[in-house]
Amino acid sequence: MSDTNTHAVSYVRESMLAESAPPSTETGTIKWMRENLFSSVLNSVLTILSILVVYWAVSKIGPWFWNSVWDAGSLTECREILAAQGMGGHDGACFGVIKDRWQQLIFGFYPSEYYWRPVLALLVFFVGITPVLFDSVPRKMLILTILTPFVMYLLLWGGAIWLPLMVVAGFGVGYLAMKFLSPVNGLLGTIGAIILPLIFWLYLAGPIADWLTFYAPIGFEFVPSKSFGGFTLSLVIGIVAIILSLPLGILLALARQSNLPIIKYSAVTFIEVIRGVPLIVWLFTASLLLNYFLPPGTNFDLMLRVIIMVTLFSAAYIAEVVRGGLAALPKGQYEGGDSLGLSYWQSMQLIVLPQALKISIPGIVNTFIGLFKDTTLVVFIGLFDPIGLAGAIRASTDWNGIYWELFIFIGVMFFIFCFSMGRYSLYLENKLQREHR
Amino acid sequence: MSTLTDPPKPAFRLSQLIYDTRYRSITIQLVALLLMVLGIGWLVNNTVQNLAALGKDFNFGFLDNSAGYDINQRLIDYNSQMSHGRAAMVGILNTLLVAFLGCVTATVIGVIAGVLRLSKNWVVSRLMAVYVEGFRNIPLLLWIILIFSIMSESMPQPKDFRGAEPAASMIFSDHVAVTNRGIWIPRLGFTNSLSGNEAVASVEGLPAVATGGADWALIGVTLLISIIAIGFVRTRASQLQEATGNRPTTWYLQLGLLVIPFVIVALFLGMTVVTPFLKGFNFTEGTHLRNSLIALWIALSLYTGAFIAEIVRAGILAVSKGQSEAAFALGMRPNRTMNLVILPQAMRVIVPPLISQYLNLAKNSSLAIAVGYMDVRATLGGITINQTGRELEGMLLLGGFYLLLSLLISSVMNYFNNRTQLRER
Repeated sequence: MSDTNTHAVSYVRESMLAESAPPSTETGTIKWMRENLFSSVLNSVLTILSILVVYWAVSKIGPWFWNSVWDAGSLTECREILAAQGMGGHDGACFGVIKDRWQQLIFGFYPSEYYWRPVLALLVFFVGITPVLFDSVPRKMLILTILTPFVMYLLLWGGAIWLPLMVVAGFGVGYLAMKFLSPVNGLLGTIGAIILPLIFWLYLAGPIADWLTFYAPIGFEFVPSKSFGGFTLSLVIGIVAIILSLPLGILLALARQSNLPIIKYSAVTFIEVIRGVPLIVWLFTASLLLNYFLPPGTNFDLMLRVIIMVTLFSAAYIAEVVRGGLAALPKGQYEGGDSLGLSYWQSMQLIVLPQALKISIPGIVNTFIGLFKDTTLVVFIGLFDPIGLAGAIRASTDWNGIYWELFIFIGVMFFIFCFSMGRYSLYLENKLQREHR
Repeated sequence: MSTLTDPPKPAFRLSQLIYDTRYRSITIQLVALLLMVLGIGWLVNNTVQNLAALGKDFNFGFLDNSAGYDINQRLIDYNSQMSHGRAAMVGILNTLLVAFLGCVTATVIGVIAGVLRLSKNWVVSRLMAVYVEGFRNIPLLLWIILIFSIMSESMPQPKDFRGAEPAASMIFSDHVAVTNRGIWIPRLGFTNSLSGNEAVASVEGLPAVATGGADWALIGVTLLISIIAIGFVRTRASQLQEATGNRPTTWYLQLGLLVIPFVIVALFLGMTVVTPFLKGFNFTEGTHLRNSLIALWIALSLYTGAFIAEIVRAGILAVSKGQSEAAFALGMRPNRTMNLVILPQAMRVIVPPLISQYLNLAKNSSLAIAVGYMDVRATLGGITINQTGRELEGMLLLGGFYLLLSLLISSVMNYFNNRTQLRER
């Protein structure tokens, strides 16, 4: 006891205690685990259960991956390699099948000397789509975007360069008609811009292209649609259908919201009938019935039929998503457009659609992801998508009896495509989120 | 003195059809109608010509002809002598069966996964995220084929269950047999069946049992009456609560009303559990769930469950935090808060997309084609079309069935939407 305050109090601390660290249960990993993993009995049980599940999965599947054999020309060879290491045939994965057959899984029956063409087409697609996806890219690149479909068609199917050029020229004809006829009469301009290109495509494009091909056969070797397969097929169907179904879906949504009863009810019927029936039934319709509906003797490409069906199918779904966006806009936006004296198309283009589409982005991207996944259904009408090719590979003598490796490869590829689309939609949502920052 | 006259009526000019907004809409619609009629006429004309060229007519008489093919899974009586129409009916019931089973399990899986994904528990929420993203981003077809392969490649053969030291054994204390030919589960039989008894596959020591429609009908009626009685009890309890403020405790009464009549009827019919057992090269008795059904059911449930999980998560997140805080401030306990405050509001967000997921599941059940499950597409849209060559009629009926199913489900959705819409004043 000190001398200064002898009687007043029994004990007074005269110096501050040194700061001590918080108890070990309240810091770092332990605190995090206490709060996040074991905060209650139920939580602890769930944590332990999940860890058990993860452990079970890893212990069952892990060694199989770990022991995988990548260098084998057939399943027997792979099993022999595994046996040489003292393991049973099912203790290790035979990813040799991927190494052996990856070209088939990706390109199908596309001629191997032309493998560069689908790859280049995909690159062209990415270059063309960049200005649409990211607005930091110079706007002038949009010209490339317009040319992209024609370049991709040329690369994928090949043939003479002139036919795609004639298709481009048709749009040029339409533009010229608009430019020269509109000053005379606005209506005449519009009609001319629709009719003249149609006449050009129907009656002039073919003969001119034939004539040019005869005298200047420039182009690539033609590859028929039935050579397409694997992920090339999935991507071609998916990408074409995505590009075509978006504008079609928006038009259908506008038609459904229209004040004109005939337009409105035909759009409603179309959308509901398409959405009410599974895609697989539509695909069978395309392969079995389409010939009934076309003039006798017409017979066109199965792949084209599939693309048309998938496009119509996803357009109906997109129409519903966009309709949700249109309905979510306050009525004042529509009235604002009208009161400014804008025409219907102007007010849609400048006021309504930019906002409605912004709201609909997640739904639209989800539809696209669904569409891309649904391209696997073409296997049932005899096209060789990755799953169909997996069957073909299993049917070969070398790889008879292999299952999981092929499925895992296909699954991972689809996961990469779909997951990145989903991430892009999140990015877009965040970028367009102007309110509530 | 001036007289008021109507302003001169301008004569109708033809150009008004295009430039005057009053008339333009009519013009546009007429043009659209004309184009549509022309287009449809063109298609119908082509079809008529094509049918004539092939020497076919258009009628549905084939539905009465004998089908001549067997269906391995059926909920109603069917054999190959019966008509195509009956075969289509078997297929429709199979579609509805897998769709119903799928909807139930998908909802259970989806709700659990959705709630767990919101959990603060890091491990659990990550695990659920992996499940949801994995199933949402990989085609359903791949999952169906994968699960079917697991069932038929990795499961033991029935002969592995044989012998003193079997390589495989039945699970759940010898009640369920999981084999590569499907799963056998116990079924309920009646020793005093209303429709007479038959011996179970002549095995010693087992009572003679039968399963008749009449027995099930009796049980169904009993349960229905119980449920109606319970409804009365609850209404009465609510009335008492309105009048006196105290709700009488009725849970034991309700439980009794549900259980006691059922037990009496079950004892009267001699309800017993018939477990499957090995006989010859395969299991017999019990209910046989084929691999095709199991693979389709599991894949559809897990796939749709992942989508439902996202819907449930979004629905719970949509209820603002102030709602639960306000309920706590009023002194409500957590589970009453959940039942009375959060769920009613979340359901409004959850149910419409949930029903559209049910719709998707019903349509996706047509992927049965991948595993050979005999749904309506396989019977009516598959074998019947191939045997009779009636593509047009068959596909029309098939499309019509799915359309009807969709419209039914969406009308349920609209009814719900109208009932639970937020009524703003």
